[in-house]
Amino acid sequence: MSLVQSLLHNEPALQQRRAAQQRVREDGAALDVSALPSFGFGHRSILWWATVGLMAIESTVFALAIVAYFYLRSQSTLWPPTEAPPLWRWGTLNTVVLALSLLPNWWAKQRAEALDRRGVRIGLTLCMLCSLVFLAVRGFEFGALNCRWDSSAYGSIVWMLLGLHTLHLITDTWDSGVLTVLAFTGPFELKRYVDVSENALYWYFVVFSWLPIYAVIYAAPRAW
Amino acid sequence: MPSVMLASTALILDRLVGTHFFNPAEGGDVLLWQHLFWFFGHPEVYLIFIPGLGFLSTLIATYARRPVFGYPAMVLALIATAFLAFGLWVHHMFATPLPELGKSFFTAVSLLIAVPSAVQIFCWLVTLATGRLWFTSAMLFALAFFVILVLGGMTGLMLGMVPLDLQLHDTYFVVAHLHYVLIGGAVFPLFGAIYHWYPKFTGRLMSERLGRWHFWLFFIGFNVTFFPMHLLGMKGMPRRVYTYAEGLGWDRLNLTATLGALLLAAGVLLFVVNAWRSRRDGAPAGDDPWRAGTLEWATSSPPNAGNFVAPPVVHGIEPQWQPPRQPSQVRGLALDKREVLVTSVLDAEPDHRLVFPTPSIWPFAGALATTVLFIGSIFTPWAAVWGLVPVAVALTAWFWPKPRDTGPSVALERAP
Repeated sequence: MSLVQSLLHNEPALQQRRAAQQRVREDGAALDVSALPSFGFGHRSILWWATVGLMAIESTVFALAIVAYFYLRSQSTLWPPTEAPPLWRWGTLNTVVLALSLLPNWWAKQRAEALDRRGVRIGLTLCMLCSLVFLAVRGFEFGALNCRWDSSAYGSIVWMLLGLHTLHLITDTWDSGVLTVLAFTGPFELKRYVDVSENALYWYFVVFSWLPIYAVIYAAPRAW
Repeated sequence: MPSVMLASTALILDRLVGTHFFNPAEGGDVLLWQHLFWFFGHPEVYLIFIPGLGFLSTLIATYARRPVFGYPAMVLALIATAFLAFGLWVHHMFATPLPELGKSFFTAVSLLIAVPSAVQIFCWLVTLATGRLWFTSAMLFALAFFVILVLGGMTGLMLGMVPLDLQLHDTYFVVAHLHYVLIGGAVFPLFGAIYHWYPKFTGRLMSERLGRWHFWLFFIGFNVTFFPMHLLGMKGMPRRVYTYAEGLGWDRLNLTATLGALLLAAGVLLFVVNAWRSRRDGAPAGDDPWRAGTLEWATSSPPNAGNFVAPPVVHGIEPQWQPPRQPSQVRGLALDKREVLVTSVLDAEPDHRLVFPTPSIWPFAGALATTVLFIGSIFTPWAAVWGLVPVAVALTAWFWPKPRDTGPSVALERAP
């Protein structure tokens, strides 16, 4: 019944599903499931659960890396020890780019849930363009950190934080790239719309997890 | 797991590319390693138990011939254990220079873990007390859990206190404690589970006579081996040192432990003989030798591929013990495709049908590529960079729809 509640915003789908289940129930001793749909979005999909599991693990990694950052800072009288803090410029620009990428991502997710192949192609292509921009800007970010990973523990943890997040930018770009190519070439079964929709969930995660990391890398060395 | 991932990554970066996470000379800190490691390591101990706890609930219900008492309380206790497990890692670090007030907090949480553990134990005890017990070999191993694990839990409470832990840290007392907890909590239930499910996966029963010999040799051998280690620890014998000087008062207890280990090994040897011989010579088991409640006993022993001709509809936790209800089986899934039924999570309402792809070499290639990446990264940081390429290729090829799958799958598709 919990799932029915979550479907309430989609009344026709709910009605159809209820009718399908009713037919199933009234059909004698066997539970006939042949009328059920062959995919579902959101938490009806096993992909959603897999993505949420990945997000749970990865957000714990980010959280622990941030804890390690402040732990190392608590061991030091000066922070950063000798280096200048990272330049604001590229990190802030990238935050804007990542925030803007939420728009095509949201739209691609909408189009996927409407089973609109053309919309999915356009949405994913726009997302890929955003990827190219934020990966390039990320390169400049590394160059403007004002520290090396082997200069001190401060440099190590800053590179770790930025490196971990970059790894997610790369995997997200790769995943979305594969789906973009598939959307153009096919074979594109209906369940691939679920892939696009849940991939957009991962994109949200990669963007929103950047905000605390951005704050730590750029604001914490200046804060006090 | 996230914690050990981060800690291992930091460690290998320290070794390979000169980062300073754990290097005090450049602002790093060695205790950071201990924190990250034990933040993983302590919850991981409970992870070892969880299969054991599942085995126990199944064995006890079956051989006490009633459903487990207080099922919701047991589930909540398990969740409470999982929650508390993340707040007590520092009790492995009482011998480090951390603030004493902080240590008291971790003592409190360490002792608190006894509450959900006791809830589970008492639920099982009530199940036993109100059931009709059937003392099979599997049941003996389940019952031994109570003696061994409770002893290990008690020494755990002792070690959770800072002053006593400082006395016993890195001694054989800890070795005794962890064997009582882990062998009592994981190995005894595992042996019980093997006696219980062996007939299901071979179609034949293991010998009960040999099973009893195995049990008593193992139970007595275990206690003779590990109980003296408590005393050795209190007499100051350090762990992780393989030898010791004569005449420190440790000789006789160590000899006792060695003799106990021989008994224990003899018990395990009997188990291996029993398992090997029963494959062919054991009595035929039939579908349901224990007249158990759970679903696996409704199919043949050993089960056919796919377990059931038609997936059964389950109306309760112990469907075999409940009156039959309609509908009884699922119809409408493709018989010639890998089509499965996906249900809602909590109420298991049928939700949609999902076609899985046919087997391919790519998951294996992906596993191989991942292995090469990780082994290579021990030696050079570039393995972690270039090694990602074959991993990405294999996983993408695994995902990429194959014509032999998409054709049939499209025919079965239906939008919600």
